[in-house]
Amino acid sequence: MKRLAIGLYVVVTIALLAWGLYQAIWVAPLDVMQGEIYRIIYYHVPSASVAFLFFAICLVGSIGYLAWRRHQPGKAQAADAWALSGAEVGVVFCTVVLTTGPLWARRAWGIWWTWDARLTTTLVLWLIFVSYLLLRRFAAGPQVQTLAAVLGIFGALDVPIVYMSNRWWRTQHPAPVFGGAPGSGMAPAMVHALLWNMLAWLCWGLLILYLRFSVERRRQKNAAAEAREALESNV
Amino acid sequence: MIPRALWTHLEKDLRIEWRSLDAVISMLFFSGLVVVLFSIAFDPRGSFSQQIAGGVLSVATMFASVSALNQAWAREIRHEVMDAQRMAPAPGAELFLAKVIANFLFVTIVQIILAPFFFIFYNLDVAGQAWLLALVLPLGTWALVANGIFFAALSIGSRNRELLLSLILFPIFIPALLAMVQATTTIFTGQGDPTLWIKMLVGYDIIFTTASLLLFDVIFHAE
Repeated sequence: MKRLAIGLYVVVTIALLAWGLYQAIWVAPLDVMQGEIYRIIYYHVPSASVAFLFFAICLVGSIGYLAWRRHQPGKAQAADAWALSGAEVGVVFCTVVLTTGPLWARRAWGIWWTWDARLTTTLVLWLIFVSYLLLRRFAAGPQVQTLAAVLGIFGALDVPIVYMSNRWWRTQHPAPVFGGAPGSGMAPAMVHALLWNMLAWLCWGLLILYLRFSVERRRQKNAAAEAREALESNV
Repeated sequence: MIPRALWTHLEKDLRIEWRSLDAVISMLFFSGLVVVLFSIAFDPRGSFSQQIAGGVLSVATMFASVSALNQAWAREIRHEVMDAQRMAPAPGAELFLAKVIANFLFVTIVQIILAPFFFIFYNLDVAGQAWLLALVLPLGTWALVANGIFFAALSIGSRNRELLLSLILFPIFIPALLAMVQATTTIFTGQGDPTLWIKMLVGYDIIFTTASLLLFDVIFHAE
């Protein structure tokens, strides 16, 4: 039953991705000011939202792990698996954001990169979560989960500070397009295409997140079984 | 009014450093090298030197202090001192704070010794209010050392711990580095007002020192 549900979900996700692609490339009208290059927004913005959502999952998982690790080890292990998969898949989506951004900026602004609030925040976020994954790789033994959870919380604390500091410093990234100043906003057909792509990439991201989570859970169970076997075996 | 455990740890760390001078000498030489290397790479003169001096000073401090931060806990590994610390009934936060204060003093001493050479190599004259440097540099150093000691304790049990410390510390330190560079640059060039950046450094210090104090026991007793 579970297998069928997942299979169905995969089919729906792939259909949504195809529909999103169709909407983004053929249905959405051409942007008068920017030309074709603006279509990157249909991949840039959804990936950014998904990345930020998954980093938030990492934070929640980290807090959950720290809260439960003493009294409810089962729940704590699950929370840690969520934190790890959130960070890992989030880094992948964040990499997509950091790749598509400069591609667009080169055409739209004439420069690849600028130290603007949102760009810097995203880059720092990426760096922090890469360091989080490195910590998980280098730190050995059972304490790695606690250490990673603490680093996850520190990383989350850093994000608003980075954002504010760069707002005071300089800002070039387009102001919020939706609900921004008068004259902002998109044509309805564009909003339509963007929303479809948001949904499609969110479904895709959740699928990958779930797969990564299941892999990690299996690894945890195997490790626990091995540890038990080693304890029970009478050499 | 200083808690006893904190005072004991601080006294011990200061005495070890006084007898060996390991951290101060290695930091001094390393940061001196960074200053000379940047001076060769950028050939600073006139107003250009005022513009880059803040960045060079901050980055030199940052690189140099990593060598001391790596040693901060490594000293305790020999003879299982770390395990003894874990079993001691004293709160971990006091141990942490003592280490931070000790290393803060080491880095500050290095900065004070280095300052004249720095001004000579970069032909600096301060256009803004120079006394503000006495506020900005300690605040930035505190941010660096408090986080650094915390992450050094965090990475102590891992492979590649010396590299891992830099990899974890630098991304988290970026906003404080930015504030420190901006504040020192405005002071050197005399253009603009560093107040906002000083406030940001204060905020960063408060937030991260509090978080470190609260979470230190968690990582110290992680197993």
